[in-house]
Amino acid sequence: MRCLFVLAGVLLFIHKTQAQSAESLIQKVKAKFEKIHNYEADATLKTNVSFIKAPIANVKIFYKKPDQLKIINKNGISFIPKGSVNINFGGVLINNSDYDVIDAGKDSTGLHVVKLLPKEDTADIVLSTLYIDERNLLIKKSKTTTRENGTYELGMTYGKYSEYGLPDKIVFSFNTKEYKLPKGVTFDYDEGSKKNEERLRIKKGRVEITYTNYIINKG
Amino acid sequence: MVRLLKIELYKIFKRPRTYIAFAVITVIILLVQIALKFGGEEYVDLMMTGAKETFDIPVHQILNGYLVCFIILNLLLIHVPILVALIAGDVVAGEANMGTLRLLVSKPVSRFQLLWVKFLASSVYTIALLIWVAVFALCLSILLFGTNQLVVARKDEYDIISTSDVLWRYGAAFIFAGLGLITVAALAFMFSVFADNSVGPIVATVCVIIIFTILTQLQIPFYDETIKPYLFTTHMLGWKGFFYVRGEEGVTIEGSIEHFSQIIKSALILVGYTAVFLAIAVWYFNKKNILS
Repeated sequence: MRCLFVLAGVLLFIHKTQAQSAESLIQKVKAKFEKIHNYEADATLKTNVSFIKAPIANVKIFYKKPDQLKIINKNGISFIPKGSVNINFGGVLINNSDYDVIDAGKDSTGLHVVKLLPKEDTADIVLSTLYIDERNLLIKKSKTTTRENGTYELGMTYGKYSEYGLPDKIVFSFNTKEYKLPKGVTFDYDEGSKKNEERLRIKKGRVEITYTNYIINKG
Repeated sequence: MVRLLKIELYKIFKRPRTYIAFAVITVIILLVQIALKFGGEEYVDLMMTGAKETFDIPVHQILNGYLVCFIILNLLLIHVPILVALIAGDVVAGEANMGTLRLLVSKPVSRFQLLWVKFLASSVYTIALLIWVAVFALCLSILLFGTNQLVVARKDEYDIISTSDVLWRYGAAFIFAGLGLITVAALAFMFSVFADNSVGPIVATVCVIIIFTILTQLQIPFYDETIKPYLFTTHMLGWKGFFYVRGEEGVTIEGSIEHFSQIIKSALILVGYTAVFLAIAVWYFNKKNILS
């Protein structure tokens, strides 16, 4: 019986320390983001969605603390996925007092997995899972499930702006809704070709943002 | 030959009714441009229904001169053949009706030459009409709405075409549309040779276009496989093919055309139809006993 109590105590202690370690890890990552009040970045945006063919766009990305993010394509047209504000984790982390932090251990690549659960029942984000490189304090990957717009996945690679936690490249994956258009508004004609039905069944989209330079805290 | 052509062109362009087509086109284009200037964003919003659940859509950027011109061409190029028929259907039958055809064939010009010049004059009128459409639909829309990339909403996808990649497509589309309209002119011209007054050929051409267009638009598998591929009205829509681009991993390939071979096939079919209509017209006119 005494052994059981000891074991339960040890497990409780381990859980508590892990939670604290996840919390402190998040705090350290957050500290990096807190250095950024705003930034302006030049980037290229590549969309890969089954029902869109678009040229690679040159865009400007504006961020303002805590969670304002705008992607602007002045010389062309870019369809920006809803929820793309989540490409910046600054907002999420800065408000992390609104989240419960759960330590989920390490994944097979050695990244620390931390889950953020919103305390508020009505929050749009239902769950965020962050895969953090502990040594460099960088979020390498994340999965965010939202109430309105499905699940988003982010993959990030870092370069010279890693000290601010800003990536050089982001791959943003998201769920797409079914493509349907009222017949009267399409500009179709029967050109005699077979449609690629298989392609249209793909309900996942991808946006790749490659940053060319950042201007940090100058605005 | 050139002198004969000048005379025929003079005959066409001195008649006030020639300009009805130009006036009608101008009014239609202006009406569409005004409507889109004031309510275009709602139209674009409807056009983007397929993507707006997943994406934030820059509606004001999508509504630009290139898109407005594309919308106008989609509306207009179905109806311009009727306006072409008004002139091409009259070109020979009108002379017969006025009693001048007999006089014309008594001149030292072969019947083939006479017909050829009259058809050329009808074609010049058709091209002039098309240039008018191009100037008003494209240039005025660019002036009113500016330029940006062109978004083409298709049944199964959106094609976004770079600004630098749009103008040549319009050039090619207008040339192709010219080919289609010349086919209509040839049809009206052929009917014109058969008749002695211009109402018959004009009405006959319009009827053929209406029936063929209905068959082209019908989505009935039986017609899709049997009749539709052979109708010239099906192939007249081939100009749209210049705005269907190829892509690789979702990225538009600049300068590409998705089904270029289909466009060539459609163009050849239109040329074939034109040749057949003209051959029938020449054959009939050569053996025709001209009494009026």
